[in-house]
Amino acid sequence: MSFLGFGILSWATFLPIIGMVLVLLLPKENKSAIRWSAAFFTALQVILAGIIYINFNRGMSGINTQEGFQFVEKATWIDIKSVAWFGRIHIDYFMGIDGLSVLMVILTAIISFIAVFASWGIVKSIKGYFALLLLLDTGMMGVFVSLDFFLFYVFWEIMLLPMYFLIGVWGGPRREYAAIKFFLYTLFGSVLILLAMLALYFSVSVIDPATGEKFHTFNMLAMMNPNNFDPGSILSGLNTSWRYLAFIGLFIGFAIKVPIFPFHTWLPDAHVEAPTAISVILAGVLLKMGTYGLLRVSFPMFPDATLYYQIPLAILGFINIVYGALVAMAQTDFKKLIAYSSISHMGVVVLGMAALNTQGLTGAVFQMFNHGTITAMLFLIVGVIYDRAHTRGLNDFGGLMNQMPKYSGVMVIAFFAALGLPGLSGFISEAFSFLGAFQSFKAITIASTLGIVLTAAYMLWTLQRVFLGTLPDKWKSLPDINGRELFTLVPLAIIVIFLGIYPSPAIDLMTSAVNTLVNVVNQNGGMTLP
Amino acid sequence: MMLEQILNSVKLLYPETTLAVTFCLLILTDLISRKRSNGTALIAPLGLFITAYFVVQQISTGANSIFSNMLAVDSFSIYFKFVILVSAIIVVIFSMQFAELTRGKRSVAEYYALLIALTLGLFLMVGSTNLLMMYLSLELSSISSYILAGYTKEADDSSEASLKYIIYGAVSSGMMLYGISILYGLTGAVDIYGINNALMLTEVNAVTLMIAGILIVVGFGYKISAVPFHFWTPDVYEGAPITITAFLSVASKAAGFAMMIRFFKVAFMNPAVGNLAFGSWATFRGFDWNLILAVLSVLTMTIGNLVAVWQNNLKRLLAYSSIAHAGYMLMGIVVLSNEGIAAILIYFVVYLFMNLGAFYIVMIVANKTGSEDINAYKGLGYRAPLLGVAMTIFLLSLTGIPPTAGFVGKLYIFAALINAKWFWLAIVGVLNSVVSLYYYVRILRNMFLRDPDSSVQPFQISVSQIIIVLMLVVPTILLGLYFGPLVEYAQASVTMFGIH
Repeated sequence: MSFLGFGILSWATFLPIIGMVLVLLLPKENKSAIRWSAAFFTALQVILAGIIYINFNRGMSGINTQEGFQFVEKATWIDIKSVAWFGRIHIDYFMGIDGLSVLMVILTAIISFIAVFASWGIVKSIKGYFALLLLLDTGMMGVFVSLDFFLFYVFWEIMLLPMYFLIGVWGGPRREYAAIKFFLYTLFGSVLILLAMLALYFSVSVIDPATGEKFHTFNMLAMMNPNNFDPGSILSGLNTSWRYLAFIGLFIGFAIKVPIFPFHTWLPDAHVEAPTAISVILAGVLLKMGTYGLLRVSFPMFPDATLYYQIPLAILGFINIVYGALVAMAQTDFKKLIAYSSISHMGVVVLGMAALNTQGLTGAVFQMFNHGTITAMLFLIVGVIYDRAHTRGLNDFGGLMNQMPKYSGVMVIAFFAALGLPGLSGFISEAFSFLGAFQSFKAITIASTLGIVLTAAYMLWTLQRVFLGTLPDKWKSLPDINGRELFTLVPLAIIVIFLGIYPSPAIDLMTSAVNTLVNVVNQNGGMTLP
Repeated sequence: MMLEQILNSVKLLYPETTLAVTFCLLILTDLISRKRSNGTALIAPLGLFITAYFVVQQISTGANSIFSNMLAVDSFSIYFKFVILVSAIIVVIFSMQFAELTRGKRSVAEYYALLIALTLGLFLMVGSTNLLMMYLSLELSSISSYILAGYTKEADDSSEASLKYIIYGAVSSGMMLYGISILYGLTGAVDIYGINNALMLTEVNAVTLMIAGILIVVGFGYKISAVPFHFWTPDVYEGAPITITAFLSVASKAAGFAMMIRFFKVAFMNPAVGNLAFGSWATFRGFDWNLILAVLSVLTMTIGNLVAVWQNNLKRLLAYSSIAHAGYMLMGIVVLSNEGIAAILIYFVVYLFMNLGAFYIVMIVANKTGSEDINAYKGLGYRAPLLGVAMTIFLLSLTGIPPTAGFVGKLYIFAALINAKWFWLAIVGVLNSVVSLYYYVRILRNMFLRDPDSSVQPFQISVSQIIIVLMLVVPTILLGLYFGPLVEYAQASVTMFGIH
């Protein structure tokens, strides 16, 4: 499937860049043209995501074989001939998706599109804003479709700069602090990923079928095959301390993005200061990159270390769930509360992943998608009220249910989805995650279910404080949600309700990839080398 | 025989000869013409282009040693000559736009003449294979730099810079000379091949050899501003005219590195140990040069980065940043392998564009506002979007974030370290990059996150300035996206005369 010689994944990834160039060329006075061209290019991306969804072959496994991937594009990017003392350097432009990434691609497209509409009210230099937003979109999409580690890393890093500016220029009062904290934390994580990537590069080599020459490679799939590791290289063998160290390096890099306790402190700051649309992207897509990275890189490349650290990983998931929920309960700032609830919900993903069985991983991947849609809704809801009242204090409000009925209706769906009410999508993914985790570690899972109770508690308490009770006089004139805001919320609400009632369209996409991943980790991690 | 050899040698000395002729021409025209204009200055770029032509001619000549092992003309030196030439040409272009330079009644041709003399010194440095030649070329480049650093003599800090530079320079070159004499006493040779031979054949006192080596390293360390020989750098970089600071930070450093690498590799490599076919080598017994250099590089990058965090003067900040970059590059020598050397070569090309780019923006802002303070950059991104974006790209590249060229430079350095299993050093290196982000972002923050003071005028930039900025931005991005040819050329250029 290609157009003008480029495959659909290239188009999905680089369309926003084309949009960015267009936005930069438009005159700065023509604000609506800038907004609409950003909307147009993200809409095209959504259409491409739809085409991908329709044509996606549910039976193909993915994970560690190129044959299992779909919409594959592979071309040589950099090829440096070997010299006497240094081997050939080969970097591919290698893209493809499987059951792990397809939902993330769809999520990225939807969230970016919605973020553009959520940004309609931006006033300050909107040209720069939309250009950076589109650049961010490219970075996110690129991460989910890259299968070459080098390419993956480039996209991973491309996101940092637009995010820094989007928080730093258009954010709240403490935006400078939040933006630099985000930048430093994530850069710290990515340099560790870089070192692990280089160690993997020098440990793995493949044979060029054309010339018979053996060379190192950045190909992620080659790194997943234990037979490709050169004997005597730094990461060869199984269960060596170097492998554990490399795993930890990668883990910290990805954990900062998730964020997993204790690397989470940047998140509340970033969320509170970021403008609404950026919070939506941050929670909706960016956090997923961490867990996606763990599933795409750490698990299949270091199956032995994954099994070795299975219990610690589950404990970290438990801490995220309970700690996030407890801290959320103590918040009086609406946005900060959602930020901490995000940490709690990402803990469910980590717990489900750590289970290393089909149910757990299915739950985890599905939860990544559901958290993306639900938390995006929650941040949009906060944005709606903040735009009107210019405060986010939970105790400043009350009785909004009567004042803003339509708004409250959408809010109820999002809140109940977040606390895991059956019939909404969050319930299914959480149930799967806990079900899977329970098979692997009973005590931790039982303890983690405490998080569900806590979540219900703070969500309902928030609902009560903001929407029930008596309406303070100063909010008597608050207008209800407008059409544009509804337009951003309703599609997400539909997805949340639909997948809550009938989750198969999403789960079918990932089943075979998840099964393969479980097999790869359990077999390769437990195997004894000759 | 002798005459034939000299004639052959002269042929390989055309680039240096051209530089010398250009130098003389500049001085002569300055004497004859009474006009104080940029017109005479045009001789400088012309001479540099002719030099470039002769350097290109040398590519095909293979590895040669000329004037009985005084100078080597090999792909290693040619590579560095290109780096020096390109930065010299760029700096000459900068200088023509530099307001501070033409202020007051000063003959500008003299400035260009000295710049050419400095370039000549650097050319000789990268090729020297003889301790005396090394010392002389070092002095030639140093003396030109002393004068250039103090060139705008009505500025107090410029004179101060020059004086500090001379004092530090004199002490360190004195120490280097002392080291050279000890080494000569030990081995009875002044050319580095002879020294290597002597070390191989005879047992010398390891402690004395160590002392001689350390003393010589002081000389190199001063040239590349490695900690703890860096104290002159911030003051000189801050006080000297911006163009000279830019040139010193790139070309002078490159020549220092070239000389240092050649000296270590040729003189101290033990051909009996190591695996030259695989591009790695070992030094003489008990001679842990790599460990000493590792400590030196850790100190250099850490102190450079940590002190840079506190700087508010952009020239000073970039001075500390350039110290930190010397630290990153030193890591390439630590691994004692061709891979590390190739990484340094790659780094220098990358560093050339991004560092000169950053200095150019500083110069434009200084021309306009008369200030190098970080507060002058408030809202620059809105007053002059092109400058803001270009500066952002240069700073990201200096941090080493893809897809900029700086990432490729760092990638190769770290790859060499990982491949040679120097993990702790690699970790120190990447953590240093994170620290460096903080102070580079301080500039970004002023440019974009803060609004300009209401009093400042909008910022007009000329077409020629836009062209120069683009000339530096485009390679910075392009080399980050497609670095194949650069890496290939760098890998082919690690060959030195006399080492196979």
